[in-house]
Amino acid sequence: MDAAKRYFRSPAAVIGLILLLLVIAMAVSAGFLYPRDPLALAGRPLVWPFSNPRFLLGTDNSGRDIAAQIFYGARISLLIGGVATMIAILIGILVGAFAGYYGGWVDNVLMRITEAFQTLPNFVLLLVLVAVFGSTLTTVTIAVGVVSWPAPARLTRAEFLSLRNREFVQAGKTLGMKDVQLILGEILPNALPPVIVYASVVMAVAILLESALAFLRLSDPNVASWGNLIGLGRDVLRVQWYVSAIPGIAILVTVLAVSLVGQGLNDALNPRLKSR
Amino acid sequence: MRILSLAGRRLAASIPTLFLILIGVFLLLQLAPGDTVDALMAQMGGGDAATAQELRKFYGLDLSVPAQLGSYLWHLVRLDLGFSSIYGKPVATVILERLPPTILLMTASLSFAFFFGLLFGVIAARGVNRWPDTMISTLGLIFYATPSFWFGLMAIVVFSVYLQWLPPGGFEDIGTVQTGIWRVLDIAAHLVLPTLTLGLIFLAIYLRIMRASMLEVLNLDFVRTARAKGLDETHVITRHVLRNALLPMVTLIGLQAGTMLGGSVVVESVFSLPGLGRLAYESVVQRDLNTLLGIVFVSALLVISVNFVVDLLYARLDPRIATEG
Repeated sequence: MDAAKRYFRSPAAVIGLILLLLVIAMAVSAGFLYPRDPLALAGRPLVWPFSNPRFLLGTDNSGRDIAAQIFYGARISLLIGGVATMIAILIGILVGAFAGYYGGWVDNVLMRITEAFQTLPNFVLLLVLVAVFGSTLTTVTIAVGVVSWPAPARLTRAEFLSLRNREFVQAGKTLGMKDVQLILGEILPNALPPVIVYASVVMAVAILLESALAFLRLSDPNVASWGNLIGLGRDVLRVQWYVSAIPGIAILVTVLAVSLVGQGLNDALNPRLKSR
Repeated sequence: MRILSLAGRRLAASIPTLFLILIGVFLLLQLAPGDTVDALMAQMGGGDAATAQELRKFYGLDLSVPAQLGSYLWHLVRLDLGFSSIYGKPVATVILERLPPTILLMTASLSFAFFFGLLFGVIAARGVNRWPDTMISTLGLIFYATPSFWFGLMAIVVFSVYLQWLPPGGFEDIGTVQTGIWRVLDIAAHLVLPTLTLGLIFLAIYLRIMRASMLEVLNLDFVRTARAKGLDETHVITRHVLRNALLPMVTLIGLQAGTMLGGSVVVESVFSLPGLGRLAYESVVQRDLNTLLGIVFVSALLVISVNFVVDLLYARLDPRIATEG
């Protein structure tokens, strides 16, 4: 409870939480507010925002409602960001836990692989994965998750290295517990908090990665995503710049919200570090 | 000398990593639908199966996967990256042509982000929790959350379309042939917006790290000693604090090199710069897998060399590292 109190004492963390709830509310209410397909033609193309009450945020190059695409885009961004983060954290925890717990050659091999992933620019690897497996919603989500795991893996490994020789682990060993039991049941719960906090960074980066991919028209073209809309608006950038501007603000707000919440959690869970 | 051997050892340790990457990506690309010959045939406007067979034999694509991998690595040792059927040139040539704009862009962005990150970080740390700090930290958070391609597009709208101060894209003005200093100035004008766009997110990261690192060093005993000696504040900051606070910043350059290279893919596409990043994008769209593999190799090589330089810098900044190792 102390942590919750500390969290709500920070104005930045509260603002972040409000913004995040707002984006989630957008994602939830999309189907209810805009029951029609967001990618269906709705009216005349390139209507400026606030000029027609039917299209509050105007329409894009082909006459699709921008507001509807923004609301549905929140779903896609949160979905891809959330699932990709879970994949990255899961792989990261597995690799980091085994490397940190066993050490020796296991650690060596796993860290070599991690290093390889970190040496290759993750956006270049993302391009390779998309080139190989195509760009549907599923493949893009998995690809974003697969390029994001090295940092959580290193973090988990560091936690495991510092925890594996503590008394409670040795007590578990004396009791005859199996390695898997020790790793999952004893060490992992203690190693988890910093990794969970770090998940917010992974999610922020994942949302940015997907939107960049969509902007380059390499993500799924059949869903209403913010990156897709920015890429589309690029064709009419000189005059109707609002088509690109509006979804960009949506991405900015979402990523900002996720980072603020993450930072707030970090400060609340590690109060000693707050003074930094 | 010690420093060099230390950094050299780290460099040697990265060679297995490089091979791991190449083998991994090579095998991954085997799963890609279509190969060079398919792309080539499509470009020729189709052809019969016999021609395809012949072409596959010519490019060595009829061999088994391990044999192909072996031959690729063998060629690579002799710096032969294969042939790009899309560009009709050796991959090495294609990549070398595209390398200068990317290196120029990365160097400029890094300098921009490093210098201003340092400056703002110091200002924020000096007035911690007062308004300059709050303002700089808030701006840093916003910059961190800004998608670079979107910032680039908005910068084009403001500075190229409305104000018409800067060109909206390209590497240099191809309408007029320029030489000497005018050409340099022309390229510089073309690189202003891309540099800002790519550097923005790194500026945010650097200023945050610099601020934290300054705050930590400012509390150490030797700073109190320096103040007690009667040194003025500027002297304390520039001579005593800065050098020690710089270490995490330098580490970050190495860690971020890959991210920056990845970011340049997007930025080069926004500003249609003929660089390595744009080439990566084009080779994905055109299914030029040979070139894509070459780019993977060169980007990994770039990241490794940046880290080598960072190791040297690090030892130079903190002599303890060279003696301990």
